[in-house]
Amino acid sequence: MAVGVGTAAIETHGLRRVFKTRKQVVEAVAGVDLTVQNAEIFGFLGPNGAGKTTTLRMLATLLPPSGGTATVAGFNLLTQPGRVREVIGYVSQAGGSDYEVVGRFELVFQGRLYGMSLAAAQKRAAELIEMLELEVCADRPVKTYSGGQKRRLDIGLGLVHNPQLLFLDEPTTGLDPQSRARVWDEVRRMHDRGTTVFLTTHYLDEADALCDRIAIIDYGKIVAEGTPEDLKRAVAGDVVTLSVAGSPQAAIEVLQAQPYVREASVEEGMVRLYVDRGEVAMPAILRQLDASGLQLLTIGLHRPSLDDVFLRKTGRSLREVAA
Amino acid sequence: MKLARDTWLVFGRYFWIFIHNPAWVVIGVVQPLLYLLLFAPLLKQIQSAPGFPRGGAYNVFVPGLLVQLGLFGAAGVGFSLIAELRMGVIERLRVTPVSRVALLLGRALRDVFSILVQSLILILLALPFGLSVNAIGVVVVLLLIALIGLLTASVAYAVALWTRSENSYAPIVFTATLPILLLSGVLLPLSLAPQWLRNIAAANPLSYAVDAARAVFLAHLGDPSVVKGVAIMAVLCVISIFIGARAFGRAVA
Repeated sequence: MAVGVGTAAIETHGLRRVFKTRKQVVEAVAGVDLTVQNAEIFGFLGPNGAGKTTTLRMLATLLPPSGGTATVAGFNLLTQPGRVREVIGYVSQAGGSDYEVVGRFELVFQGRLYGMSLAAAQKRAAELIEMLELEVCADRPVKTYSGGQKRRLDIGLGLVHNPQLLFLDEPTTGLDPQSRARVWDEVRRMHDRGTTVFLTTHYLDEADALCDRIAIIDYGKIVAEGTPEDLKRAVAGDVVTLSVAGSPQAAIEVLQAQPYVREASVEEGMVRLYVDRGEVAMPAILRQLDASGLQLLTIGLHRPSLDDVFLRKTGRSLREVAA
Repeated sequence: MKLARDTWLVFGRYFWIFIHNPAWVVIGVVQPLLYLLLFAPLLKQIQSAPGFPRGGAYNVFVPGLLVQLGLFGAAGVGFSLIAELRMGVIERLRVTPVSRVALLLGRALRDVFSILVQSLILILLALPFGLSVNAIGVVVVLLLIALIGLLTASVAYAVALWTRSENSYAPIVFTATLPILLLSGVLLPLSLAPQWLRNIAAANPLSYAVDAARAVFLAHLGDPSVVKGVAIMAVLCVISIFIGARAFGRAVA
């Protein structure tokens, strides 16, 4: 059952999923090629409707692909879904626990479904309750839980059988900042124990802070893949934003011609410059604007974010799309 | 055997949920009682009508009531499944290696269990009113009711998985069950019906189940209609379990 070291946790080729409705055919996932290494935290970043959940549900054996192939934890997704199910955990966006049922009961039952004896399942449930700090609510119905408690229980349900690979669909959506930080801690602890975590998110900071590698998906296609650092570096060294009195277009014309400016654009009235080294470029920009008689109002320097990556790859800002 | 173990586990889960909701248990007991107290007395007057089978009003009426219990007791089970779809419970169960047949069978057998308990209560309550049955007859009728319940619950779960919304599920199920019920002679024997109604009823599988149940209660255990009714229900049951399990395997939520 164990998978050899060095084998990828997930490998997909041309994975597709088409949904047919009465009126139209929607290609939710349009040919995804992915490799997720063992024991990494892999993030799937994209706006709502980009195909994140559909891809995840295919990889978790819940949805048959319309095309393509995939290997999950060393098993063929299409021909060995039963073997895949034994070694993966999956926590959907909705969670998965019944509001009317007691948390501990859910954990024990889940363990039993993976073939544990009653005693073993009870022991495992107690371990998870302690690990996820659910002692206060474990013996109450789920409907009495706070959002953070419920999410931790749902994650616990996905961890009952110590899966090699855990899928988390939007694990922190709708959580308050403290609960979110707790979930991040749990994900890092799983990672430390050698579990591969594949999560989806539309939060830039989450992908950035939590993931070893990410793939950006938009309209069912992967538009970028790599470590957050590499992706940001590939976009541009730094981003300088500035505003001038009068038309920003005039500033663009002047600055675009400078060798240290890789790219310039206007967003919400602000001039946005991608430069190699911000601390070197800023004085040069100031001199250039002065020489051109343009009055500078504000100027700022920031490291590029994943949103800049998304913007560059798709032409849209993830913040706008997600809003 | 994995299927048996998984079915037992799933049964256990839904049994636990059921007994932790006392309202359902109370409704289960009160419903048959209401039928006996508020409807059966009407039969006293019409049992002398031409075409009404001989053997006593309760021996004619209770079998029909039991079949109705089997049908209606299981027709509404899809509502709880739709709620679970929404909470992600079904998806969570489907991602485990649990048998898809067990996902259906475990919960459907739980439904059958409560139908059988209600049926038994109904039979016991009807005894003082004048119902006369023997133990073997009760066992055969309960088997028949179990098959009806399992068949109906399997179809109901499949419809719930296909529609995924109460607003689509409710009209389909209630539109389907009422004519099936009326065309089976549950409330009053079809021997009272005009010929054209009897012809339509002959195409309704449930009418054979009602015939079988009545034959048992009118003390003709060896009547061919008993074997016929049980056999028809058993075959349909197997088909519906197959359809229901397939729906669990493919569910898209």
